[in-house]
Amino acid sequence: MATNAAQAPSGRLIERVTELAIQAFLWAFRIVVVLIVVVGSILTLAQGRYSAAVWVDLAITGAALGSIYALVALGYTMVYGILRMINFAHGEVFMAGMFAGYFTAVALNNMGVLNANPLASIVSIVVMILVAAALSTVVSLIVERIAYRPLRNAPRLVPLISAIGASFVLQYTFRGFFGPGVYAYPPITILDGKAPIPFIDIQWAEVLVIGSAIAMMIGLYLFVMRSKTGTAIRAVSEDQSAAALMGIDVNRTIVTTFAIGAALAGAAGVLYAQLFHQFNYFVGFFPGLKAFTAAVLGGIGNIPGAMLGGLFLGEIEMIGPVLFLTGLGVPAANQLKDVIAFTMLVLVLVFRPQGLLGERVTRNRA
Amino acid sequence: MKRFIRVGALGVAALLALGACSGGAAAPSDELGVITVPAGDPIHIAYWGVLSGADSTLGEDSKRGVEIAIDDKDGKLLDHDISLTQEDGLCTPEGGATAAQKLAADTTIVGLIGSACSDETVGGIKALTDAGLTTISPSNTRPALTAEDRDATYAGYLRTAHSDAFQGKAVAEWAFNEKGVKKAATIHDGSAYAEALQQVFADEFTALGGEIVAQEAVSKGQTDMSPALTTIAAAQPELLYFPVFVAEGGFIAQQALETPGLESVIRIGSDGMFTPDFVTAAGAGAEGMFLSSPNFSAFQEGYASFLEKHQAKYGEAPVSAFHAHAYDATNMLFDAIEKVAVKNSDGSLFIPKKALRDAIFATKDFQGLTGVLSCSPTGDCGAPLIAVYEITAREAGGEWPPEAPIWPTE
Amino acid sequence: MTSDAVATAPLETGTEAVPSIIAWRDVIRIGLIGAAIAIYLCLVGIVPVFHERQLIAGVITLGQVALFGSMALPGAFAARKASTLRDALLTGAVAGLITGLAVTLLVVVGSVVDLRVMFLNASPELYSMLTMGMGTAGAWIPAVEGLLLGALAAGVGQLPDRIRSPLVRGLLAVLVVGLFAGLLRAPLLSAGLGSLSAVLFTSDGLTVVGAVLVFSVVVLGRVVRQRVAVGERIAALPDERRQQLRIPAIAGLVAIVLILPLLLGPFFAQVIALVALYILMAFGLNITLGLAGLLDLGFVAFFAVGAYTVGLFTSTAEYGLLDIPFWLAVPFAMLFAAIFGAILGLPILSIRGDYLAIATLGFGEIIRLLAGSNLLLPLLGGPRGIINIPKPFEVPSTSFFSGPGQIYYIALAFAVVVAFVAWRLRNGRIGRAWIAIREDEDVAEAVGINLIQTKLLAYVLGAAFAGLGGAVFAGLVGSIFPSSINLFVSINVAAIVIVGGMGSIPGVALGALFLIGIPELFREFADYRFLFYGMALIGMMLYRPEGIWPSGIARRELHVEDESQVILAGDTTPITRGGMS
Repeated sequence: MATNAAQAPSGRLIERVTELAIQAFLWAFRIVVVLIVVVGSILTLAQGRYSAAVWVDLAITGAALGSIYALVALGYTMVYGILRMINFAHGEVFMAGMFAGYFTAVALNNMGVLNANPLASIVSIVVMILVAAALSTVVSLIVERIAYRPLRNAPRLVPLISAIGASFVLQYTFRGFFGPGVYAYPPITILDGKAPIPFIDIQWAEVLVIGSAIAMMIGLYLFVMRSKTGTAIRAVSEDQSAAALMGIDVNRTIVTTFAIGAALAGAAGVLYAQLFHQFNYFVGFFPGLKAFTAAVLGGIGNIPGAMLGGLFLGEIEMIGPVLFLTGLGVPAANQLKDVIAFTMLVLVLVFRPQGLLGERVTRNRA
Repeated sequence: MKRFIRVGALGVAALLALGACSGGAAAPSDELGVITVPAGDPIHIAYWGVLSGADSTLGEDSKRGVEIAIDDKDGKLLDHDISLTQEDGLCTPEGGATAAQKLAADTTIVGLIGSACSDETVGGIKALTDAGLTTISPSNTRPALTAEDRDATYAGYLRTAHSDAFQGKAVAEWAFNEKGVKKAATIHDGSAYAEALQQVFADEFTALGGEIVAQEAVSKGQTDMSPALTTIAAAQPELLYFPVFVAEGGFIAQQALETPGLESVIRIGSDGMFTPDFVTAAGAGAEGMFLSSPNFSAFQEGYASFLEKHQAKYGEAPVSAFHAHAYDATNMLFDAIEKVAVKNSDGSLFIPKKALRDAIFATKDFQGLTGVLSCSPTGDCGAPLIAVYEITAREAGGEWPPEAPIWPTE
Repeated sequence: MTSDAVATAPLETGTEAVPSIIAWRDVIRIGLIGAAIAIYLCLVGIVPVFHERQLIAGVITLGQVALFGSMALPGAFAARKASTLRDALLTGAVAGLITGLAVTLLVVVGSVVDLRVMFLNASPELYSMLTMGMGTAGAWIPAVEGLLLGALAAGVGQLPDRIRSPLVRGLLAVLVVGLFAGLLRAPLLSAGLGSLSAVLFTSDGLTVVGAVLVFSVVVLGRVVRQRVAVGERIAALPDERRQQLRIPAIAGLVAIVLILPLLLGPFFAQVIALVALYILMAFGLNITLGLAGLLDLGFVAFFAVGAYTVGLFTSTAEYGLLDIPFWLAVPFAMLFAAIFGAILGLPILSIRGDYLAIATLGFGEIIRLLAGSNLLLPLLGGPRGIINIPKPFEVPSTSFFSGPGQIYYIALAFAVVVAFVAWRLRNGRIGRAWIAIREDEDVAEAVGINLIQTKLLAYVLGAAFAGLGGAVFAGLVGSIFPSSINLFVSINVAAIVIVGGMGSIPGVALGALFLIGIPELFREFADYRFLFYGMALIGMMLYRPEGIWPSGIARRELHVEDESQVILAGDTTPITRGGMS
């Protein structure tokens, strides 16, 4: 091993100088990013091109998008917390939910139930979400059984590659089943139009997305914190061998974790389709990446962190480019929304390497 | 051991001798070479274009157009079966290059349909032209591919899709001359298709004497268009041209109506959105939209029967907007093959490559689904008949396609 | 195709087969797994779509091979523990029957309900193929096929190895040759051996004569090899004799690698040029990931910097700036990529593990989006791209070296250089520091290694080699568009390093051949080849997690872990922390 003692004094000096240069650069980086954000925002606001209504509108869309990221991010973060693996195929589980919800919606529509009356519509949406959650769970458990379980003791890059493989297999399986074409959900009339909330321009679809996402997240939080299974999940993610010694069935707990994450992703798929209307087999990939980013932003392994990270990412994506960049005269700032999102990620990690809420993650676990 | 070798050598020798005996009539001479299709062998054509990934609908759509064209011939041409090879070009230049290299190496291939994305053609065309092959693209729209100054590697390239140069120009003329618009704004989605169309439109519109007040961009998968629309509204255009695809186009069409300052703006898109899916996607925003597209009106009956065959064969409606161009391209290729192929008494065919290429370039007044096609010396075959359609209450109510274009008027 | 999926279900649980008592639960389970696979193959489209492709003209299609394979394999599996021929045939037949019955059920259900509203491949053609054209009246056919094939496969499994092994290999050879008939036929035709190709191949598959020939050649070859026992003889040689054999073997390999593209024609040249390019880049990532353990999923960012640098510096078209020769631009490509590596790397290198992976992945996306954005359009051309990038060597276009041929040699030469640099560094002070960081950052820091600087060096070197890869890519394709800058470049390179064997030079080369070369050969199967690619990745990780050709250290590490699995079942903390910690 190389030690300091083995190095000549001039080597030490160079090292010191480099160290200083690195620190200077890091500070310059932070200052530049913060300057762009602050100056850009001030200029944009000073120009007054966008009314308050536009900002509210962006914030609401951001919240709706962020809720979906958060739901998907929960699956990433829980699996990571318990197995320390990036479940790359989770985006595809989300896509599976979209297909399941679609076929349920079409069936309900053909039966004349979907838009029969407001109550029937609400029940239909619940049924769609449940079917989607169920199918996503099945898909996720099959993937876990075949591609991940045999690799639990392998070095950590091995399940990552296996997960990338699973992601390809799922995408092209769905393409094989349902073709490459774009599917559009049948319209649900009660979701058309705006909700009667004063001063705020919010669509019913957004109310549905944000409301059900919040409900599901609260439900999950209570489940993980209060129920016996939830306690087992937390125990296993703290220390598997100790949990096993305490009589917890580690294997069952892992499977439950996958199932919960997948069910939430499936539900998120149906909600996503209410916002975006259209989808095809490739739709899960990029939202999946975003959701994983959200999980890291919030502090991976941390459940409230994933929720916060998702919302933060959704808002940054919607508001960020307009607020930070239009004032600086950047053409078509919207194209750069992912640039902003990923830069924010890097910035958060530079200031808080453990993510927004990641205190619990100690060094040797990250 | 030795015995095996001796037997093997004898076998090979016998095979070679067999081959030497089965020669046919003398082949015609051709500077690019002659393809021989032995009796009983199929006429081999190929489709190349993206079939996987985010853009796969584009390639899959065209490939189905080719397959239906083959079915309409009952799979036969000049008493030979037609066989189709497909190669995925991944919508990238390197993917196109690999696909083209592979097809160029196959000496049985007579002609090709493709590619799907213009990037694929840029990467792959050299290999095909060098091999003496000719390809007709149903969905490349980049103007440079058929520009006057294109280099010699494009000698084997034609297309039935409309160059963005035609379509962008037509829309500019419609806007300036027909609608009397003086100030226009554009939006693209970062795709080469949309970016080129809006640029051609902007250039032509400015040349006519109009003013481009804003050129914005959105990204694929974006749903909330209000930032871009608000920026545009501040510039007070009379017309908004957004030649993007169905999903983003639907959101823009809808949200433009809700943006203060754009309530009465003239909204127009292009053929990437000319599908019934757009009406679904735009919802309440569909009515009153204008769309430019090749003029289908004269051939609606043929197109309706195409759609029926598509539904029966694939169990769904077309997945993108270029299937008809692919159908026409395939039939053009078949016509040219029929013209130049030399039939021999033993049932084999000689197809001279240069003659075939010339015959395709010489296509004139070909009646296709997308119009009457005639190819220019630089390979533009798409009928230069761009029409503008209006989405009325009828189409918004679920009827498709629109009955007649509103421009050009007879 | 099917063997992967069947084999992924570990079957070691369940009761041990006691002589002449059949474990029916196992047999039924295998049959049901087979049933699921058969239905999957039908509905995903492999059976109906590949039915259009002949394997042996007029005898069997690829689709039928997939279907029959999914029926025969459960038979073989179910019977593998059977002790008597009777038991084997019985269990095999039952497992095959269950699979066949499922397909029968599919036909029956499909005739009552229109499955096509959901599954596009549940077409009349599928049913007609499954029932040999008899429609619903022939619904019994798949069940009988399953019964017979299951029993047959079980019977073959009971044959002595001496007979079974050549037989199975012969059949596999027919399958492989049939699969690549188009590729094999093209060079025969262009070499003027049209008559030979006519005997062996039809336009899309083998002829009966061809199939019989391939089968007999392979079977005979196998029998001869068994007699002569080449492998055992080499193994029996004394060590020094084996060492002596190794030198001509390596020389032969090098010769083959050098003359390969000349022999195979332009398409193969293009494919192996791509393989060589990925080898070059994977060697670069091997430093970052394999040695220093930094999981960089944003490799494409630096690839893009290199490619765009060459584009801007050499292009004669719009957006070209300098119009200098390729070779002058290459050092700049590497330099700029290295500078980008330093700028992007510095803020994030104090981040650990998976945080680093996602941050680098973000960089890849950032660069891709910027390349296609309106912001940089005046500089980089946005979606219009940069075209007319000259080839490294201008040669007449008729020459073999005009296209991918020269790129192959250039990429290969660079790859050798990169491999050499990596090898030198690895055995030096810095290499040991990297490995120390990979194994345990805290310990490395404790012994006085400067973490940031050491990591930065690995990251910047990797970036520079990615830039070199981008430069060669620009030379290969002759143009650069944002569409080429995608996440899959990063994923592919990382997968090559891991599948090949982290830190192992021959492993990485094999990994590139396996993950870039083979999928190119399956090009005609369009979207399905990504399905197979995914299955291959999973399969590789399940059966060879250490990689195709692991480095010595990794092999030892995995052995230690195997033992730990036995001792500490249920404990998932790996003893060695290779990779990401």
